[in-house]
Amino acid sequence: MAKITFTNIGHTYDKNPDQSTWALKPISMVWESGRSYALVGPSGCGKTTILNIISGIVNPFQGQILFDDVDVTKVPTAKRNVALVFQFPTIYKSMTVKENLAFPLVCRGWKQEAIEARVGSVAEQIGISHKLDRSASKLGADEKQLISLGRGLVRDDVTALLMDEPLTVIDPQLKFELRKKIKQIIEGKDITVVYVTHDQYEAMTFADELLVMDLGQLVQRGTPEELFENPVSNYVGNFIGSPAMNFIKAEVSNGVAQIGQYKIAASTNLQGVANQQIHLGIRPEYVELYSGSGENVVSAELVGVDDLGSTRILNCRFEGQFIKAKIPRSITPPALGTVGLRLPKAKVIGFKGGLQIR
Amino acid sequence: MNLNLQELSVEHGEEVILKDINYDFQSGKIYILIGRTTSGKTSLMRTIAGLIEPTSGQILLGEERLDKVPIWERGIAMVYQQFINYPHRSVLNNVEFPLLRAGVAKAEAKAQALQILEKVGLSEFKDRKPSQLSGGQQQRVAIARALVRNTRVILLDEPLMNLDYKLREQLREEFRVLFKSTAQSVTIYATTEPSEALFLGDELLVMHEGRIIQSGKPNYVFENPATIDVAQIVNDPPMTILDGEIKDNQVIIGKTMQFPVPSHIKSVASGKYKFGIRASEVTLGLTGSSSEEGNVALSEVSGSETLLYVKLAIGEVVLQLEGIHEYHIGEKVAVTLAPHRIFLFNMDGTLCAAPGN
Repeated sequence: MAKITFTNIGHTYDKNPDQSTWALKPISMVWESGRSYALVGPSGCGKTTILNIISGIVNPFQGQILFDDVDVTKVPTAKRNVALVFQFPTIYKSMTVKENLAFPLVCRGWKQEAIEARVGSVAEQIGISHKLDRSASKLGADEKQLISLGRGLVRDDVTALLMDEPLTVIDPQLKFELRKKIKQIIEGKDITVVYVTHDQYEAMTFADELLVMDLGQLVQRGTPEELFENPVSNYVGNFIGSPAMNFIKAEVSNGVAQIGQYKIAASTNLQGVANQQIHLGIRPEYVELYSGSGENVVSAELVGVDDLGSTRILNCRFEGQFIKAKIPRSITPPALGTVGLRLPKAKVIGFKGGLQIR
Repeated sequence: MNLNLQELSVEHGEEVILKDINYDFQSGKIYILIGRTTSGKTSLMRTIAGLIEPTSGQILLGEERLDKVPIWERGIAMVYQQFINYPHRSVLNNVEFPLLRAGVAKAEAKAQALQILEKVGLSEFKDRKPSQLSGGQQQRVAIARALVRNTRVILLDEPLMNLDYKLREQLREEFRVLFKSTAQSVTIYATTEPSEALFLGDELLVMHEGRIIQSGKPNYVFENPATIDVAQIVNDPPMTILDGEIKDNQVIIGKTMQFPVPSHIKSVASGKYKFGIRASEVTLGLTGSSSEEGNVALSEVSGSETLLYVKLAIGEVVLQLEGIHEYHIGEKVAVTLAPHRIFLFNMDGTLCAAPGN
């Protein structure tokens, strides 16, 4: 497995580019060997472009890409030794499962015995040992996708495993099982994985690190926990977490945020912020029901309760704005009407113009 | 107007697709069909719509024998998992189309279509083709087309299934508002997701192997699942079920866990039982006799929660932790079951005692 280095890699599909048409704005970063990364973001954000630059399907307009210390910028896909899994399973329909898995090794001139052993172990990992002699075309989409993955893993010289929304065509009920299986296959292995998805569940399940993209730019990079706790923008706060982060309008004066009649203390230092409107962000999970008084304790009106099974969402109106609190089912929700809420200071983050205030 | 299903079955030889469905649907309510794939949800909807012919039983809409009416005259709107729209027509045309077909005058059809498009938040896209819209927007077009006809029955077959979870979350909220405007219709909504069922449903019908195995208010069914199957279907992740017994006022789970019988199952006779516990009612830490140490088999993040699958000596247990946390496969953790939150099932799978709210 290889470390992948991007040096000032940027791409545009435009023949006569200017700054406004970057599909991927120039970026320098390192993908550590053996780590798994998820690229997430809306359609057109540049995530597939990054994947295609790593695989060599796209030649970047500018910059340099290294696998370990070797410059592969001009190396074609076939010579990069990357394993690719696409949205649609790619299998050789005329071959058995075993022949499918063995094919990359046959092409490399491996000896029959070595092939048998290797295919056997990969088949074991993807849980398909009992179907080795079946025709690959007879399998379900989920099993075909596992074979696409297995064919990538079977080579011992793979530099990176690249997956582009591999669960798109999988039945939702099977998605869970397949997600679990892929995760078990890649975890604990020394595989550099780059995974593209627009599904937050998948991203957070697979990846050691998430790269959130928007408009051709890397917006934030971090572990799922970091993105949840400390989103750098409203976009990330909305994208990660369910329901999304609460964003409440507040007025700053003399470094203190005020929402209606309440002064709200935040974890963000607001001393340097001019007197203006900002947003305070807090996750619904951290808004507490509270009776009594104290720092950041406010009076709100509970207008509705949504039952989500193990948790409930309290929809509250607070100083003319909406705020959601998420409480475990073990807590009986209060009657509709006035409730006390506490917004723990450590969990309140300031945002301005869509970005976290630094 | 009520939609009444009487002894409805669809059977092909040995194969049971639907069996003895009896249910009275009232207009103005949202009925949720919940069940796993192939449990019969889609077949039931298709039978109501006329796409599948029942082998026995009848369908009444008010006084009318609906199963005797040809499909095209049943006046039923259906929304599917896939976003089905007319690709060559504009969004506005897509929504007007059923009205024009029904002979509504052009100006009137347009006005009604625009009104519905406003409701589903697509006014500004009315001149686009469906392919120029996102998945969520395409599904809204299909829903607008279903709502515009003001049919007596609206069937929605897992309409959010092919959307990512942010969109599901958003549309789920919009649906609740949208369906308020369908008070004259019977609305039936199929899903596999308990949170959607609890969020949207006025009444819940749990389907399994072609039958309705329990029905009632969503919250009641959630708290009082009649069988282990129901408990698995209405909980996401599915409820953990462990084998054990009750003996000498002790609960014994597996071979290694033993704790005093909690009060809600005090009066139960000694013997072998199955013990159910929800993922959200298993916690981390060694706190007493209902705790055990094990290894993480998998961790998954769903929304704002982390799901941990832990292998214990007593079996595999699922935990749902608030917030997003990092765990690795194989990591050692201690977990505690909450004795007062245990669902007790008889060995045949029927509910024996529930912990209550």
